[in-house]
Amino acid sequence: MQKVVANADAAIADVPDNATIMLGGFGLCGIPENCIAALARKGVKDLTCISNNAGVDNFGLGLLLQTRQIKKMMASYVGENAEFERQLLSGELEVDLIPQGTLATRIQMAGMGIPAFYTPAGYGTEIANGKEVRAFNNKMYLMEYALHADFAMVKAWKGDRYGNLVFRKTTRNFSTSIAKAGTITIAEVEHLVEPGELDPDHIHVAGIYVHRIFQGTNYEKRIEKRTVRMNGK
Amino acid sequence: MGLDKYGIAKRIAQELQDGMYVNLGIGIPTLVANYIPEGMTIMLQSENGILGMGPYPVESAIDPDLINAGKETVTVIPGGAFFDSAESFGMIRAGKVDLTVLGAMEVSENGDIANWKIPGKMVKGMGGAMDLVASAKNIIVAMMHTNPKGESKLLPACTLPLTGVKCVKRIVSDLAVLDVLPEGGFKLIERAPGITVEEIRNKTLGKLMIEGEIPEMSIN
Repeated sequence: MQKVVANADAAIADVPDNATIMLGGFGLCGIPENCIAALARKGVKDLTCISNNAGVDNFGLGLLLQTRQIKKMMASYVGENAEFERQLLSGELEVDLIPQGTLATRIQMAGMGIPAFYTPAGYGTEIANGKEVRAFNNKMYLMEYALHADFAMVKAWKGDRYGNLVFRKTTRNFSTSIAKAGTITIAEVEHLVEPGELDPDHIHVAGIYVHRIFQGTNYEKRIEKRTVRMNGK
Repeated sequence: MGLDKYGIAKRIAQELQDGMYVNLGIGIPTLVANYIPEGMTIMLQSENGILGMGPYPVESAIDPDLINAGKETVTVIPGGAFFDSAESFGMIRAGKVDLTVLGAMEVSENGDIANWKIPGKMVKGMGGAMDLVASAKNIIVAMMHTNPKGESKLLPACTLPLTGVKCVKRIVSDLAVLDVLPEGGFKLIERAPGITVEEIRNKTLGKLMIEGEIPEMSIN
């Protein structure tokens, strides 16, 4: 079993133009920094990116927006990005906004082999347009489809050579579901360890879902909103 | 003069009961956390994957791996738990979260809410709002009674694109506490200190029901 690759460039070397890519993270928290940088270096174009957010102007997915590598973005909230707004208003970028829980569960269902499900989110709103509506126990639900990707990219705290992953604090966010939804899943980790070093009771993503893993470098872990307590309040 | 945003947060904090699991939205709702009554254990849920969200960290405890749904650095209280987004919205959909407090641009007299999109302006996305309003057992809206132009935000029907339908149970505004009745209509429950029923009537465009004497809120 050989899942370990040398670095991010090797991990994403076969990502073609027009690929659909899912990226873990919430805001800038827990994003696959090394993979994003490698995609920018490689210069693949016309990507469809599925991620809860679209980064900020000069970090995260904002880097791939600056280089115009993204054709379509599927996200729940794209607030903090001026270049995103410019490309959207000029028609260069296509955007599909999806309720956050629906997005998370569409991704999760892909990893569970379930093609579609019903959720109440968005019933009676414009996002229900064209969707199947069905009542269960007198409540109305929309049918939503599982969401797959050609490549899924996540960042974990620790991972072993077999692809088992452990996350830290709120970096689990979308990443554990995204790791299970890729035809090829790439994991970058802060600490790459030997099999046996991770407690099997503590694994968040089992190695079966992960195809490539590498030790990441130079994590910036940029903070989007640095909020601090004043005098104990 | 009605309540300021801190006053609204203090009034909403009176709705809390020991042992509740509560999701607080961005803006005024976030302030409610500052007024949790002494001796009460409230578990704050942040939809990016925290139960037991604590206050902002001191400078030395800032951790980029620990943020809330507003992307702010936060802490976790002893007894807190982390999970992923899919599970987080699972517990929301399954009705495990007792109370959701969020802001709104408009609320209609049948409980519809609009708070994510203004046509013609940049659309930033709905985030988790549609999931929360579609599933929460109890939804309190925290908002100003009128918009910056002085127009009522409590309407017969929303004019902006909807976030959810027939979901708001209670509104706490700068002027009043109102319940949305199952059969439709805003029932006036309390007045803000110094605010008359007449003023509330003038600033509520949707159907307003007033029964008997309307008490004044008690806010410390």
